[in-house]
Amino acid sequence: PPAHSRHDWIGPPDKHSNLRPIIFYVPPEESPLERRLREARQEAQACNQHFWARHNCAFRQEKEEFIYSRLKAKGLEMRDETGQKATLNAEEMADFYQDFLSKNFRKHMQYNRDWYKRNFTITFLMGQVALARALRWLRWKKKNVGN
Amino acid sequence: GLFVWHLKNTGIRQIPCQFVHLCRVANDRLITFQYFNFLKRMYVTQYNKDLSQWAKPKSDSVASPFRELQQLDQEKKIIHKISPISPAHPPLSETSSRNELREMKSAAEIEDLITPVRAESKEDRQWKEMKLHLEDLPGILARLSKIKLTALVVSTASAGFAMAPVPFDLTCFVLASLGTGLASCAANSINQFFEVPFDSNMNRTKNRPLVRGQISPLLAVCFAASCGVPGIALLTLGVNPLTGALGAFNIFLYTCCYTPMKRMSIANTWVGAVVGAIPPVMGWTAATGSLDAGALLLGGILYSWQFPHFNALSWGLREDYSRGGYCMMSVTHPGLCRRVALRHCLALIGLSTAAPVLDITTWTFPVISLPINLYISYLGFRFYRDADRSSSRKLFFCSLWHLPMLLLVMFTCKKSFLEKEDKGDLLGGNHGRAMEIRLP
Repeated sequence: PPAHSRHDWIGPPDKHSNLRPIIFYVPPEESPLERRLREARQEAQACNQHFWARHNCAFRQEKEEFIYSRLKAKGLEMRDETGQKATLNAEEMADFYQDFLSKNFRKHMQYNRDWYKRNFTITFLMGQVALARALRWLRWKKKNVGN
Repeated sequence: GLFVWHLKNTGIRQIPCQFVHLCRVANDRLITFQYFNFLKRMYVTQYNKDLSQWAKPKSDSVASPFRELQQLDQEKKIIHKISPISPAHPPLSETSSRNELREMKSAAEIEDLITPVRAESKEDRQWKEMKLHLEDLPGILARLSKIKLTALVVSTASAGFAMAPVPFDLTCFVLASLGTGLASCAANSINQFFEVPFDSNMNRTKNRPLVRGQISPLLAVCFAASCGVPGIALLTLGVNPLTGALGAFNIFLYTCCYTPMKRMSIANTWVGAVVGAIPPVMGWTAATGSLDAGALLLGGILYSWQFPHFNALSWGLREDYSRGGYCMMSVTHPGLCRRVALRHCLALIGLSTAAPVLDITTWTFPVISLPINLYISYLGFRFYRDADRSSSRKLFFCSLWHLPMLLLVMFTCKKSFLEKEDKGDLLGGNHGRAMEIRLP
């Protein structure tokens, strides 16, 4: 992001986590409340990124392993004569999806709780910051009108 | 239809030609429904069911069986627009949709799409400043509130209003529709607010405003509050307290029950079906001021309809659901998924037969609706037996036209008000600003 920008910048989705990274703008006169908000958002972003990147990579890897084992059981190779990657059809993959979902259920429960808590905290802090800024602006306005 | 078109154009300015193309395609596919109360064109080119089950207009996701229009992944250089049918249902897999679209499109049409697609994917790969431009706000809010889904939900509520055996009151109708629409916007916004990281990971939902950082979560919540509070107030004070209570309950059910439950238990589908069933009940109570058998029957029809609709849709989204951590029947209990879909197709036949018994329609209704109900049941049976992508898609597409047609037939077979003149006087005095609520 350009140096003169006074806003956050959001980027394209990450390859592994599919989440969009945000570069946070640090204003020179950042109040402690605003700092708390920014840090909360950074922490949430880092946690989300970590979780999803790991989760999606695990999914991809386990999916490959599953396909490989199933193909081997059927007596086929990973790639056929034309060099194309062999795939299983949706019904065969259904077993994998069922298994993967149940295996990761506890992990998701934990993540959900964390995410909801973080989301509420960040939004609440945003509300506080917005309110503080509005009051500051009103005071500044009053001062200017007075002058 | 024009309304929907206009919204679409303001929201997605850079791809007008795609939309036109989609409209053409959709028309060819004969997937346009017209409601008797207003003209709405719903374009379905691809359906993505998002995780929220019902495109709950009020509550969000589950309520409305309409899917949001969505773009398919850019890598394929083909953009597919998907109209949300059911908010709750997961979107169909891209492959199937792509194949579907390939069948429908000619090569020349695909050419037209590629240029806008490339431009869009390039733009998407850039870093963007998180600054809100006021001219973008209407489009962003439209997408945040899932405006198309909301429109569909409002039309089911209107159907409920129209079916009520009372003289038609335009003010009440407008207020009820507006209140329902606002409540739906609120619920949809909160749903998106809760689901940001999950939406990012699902192809159908990854272009939502909160995911793309076009709007801050605070603004989304404020928007939801500024829609929900006036919406419910309008329903409670401008229509009647019962409708307002139902609206508030539906918002709660959708945002606080259905949305978190999607990740916890397969029971979310049933909750979502209730979310979808409530708007027509609200329409009915808005008109009559009481919750009687007719309201419950209409709700029952919408409830049963949700299952073939959603279950068929979710069949193609199993991979995304599994990876995203969503507990859906299609992934965890595939047999149950198909059984339930078939069961409810058959239930629709039963409910259609119950309509004349309850004095809502004449006996021509079950007779005329029998062919379409039998057809969807047949597709439900095929889905149950074959359990494959093509049968699930057929069932899903059928559900898209089945519901509007059923409601239309129901309206045309509505028992004439004049026949019930004695009862009519009693009922007529109860709607509008009546503070009395007659509950069974």
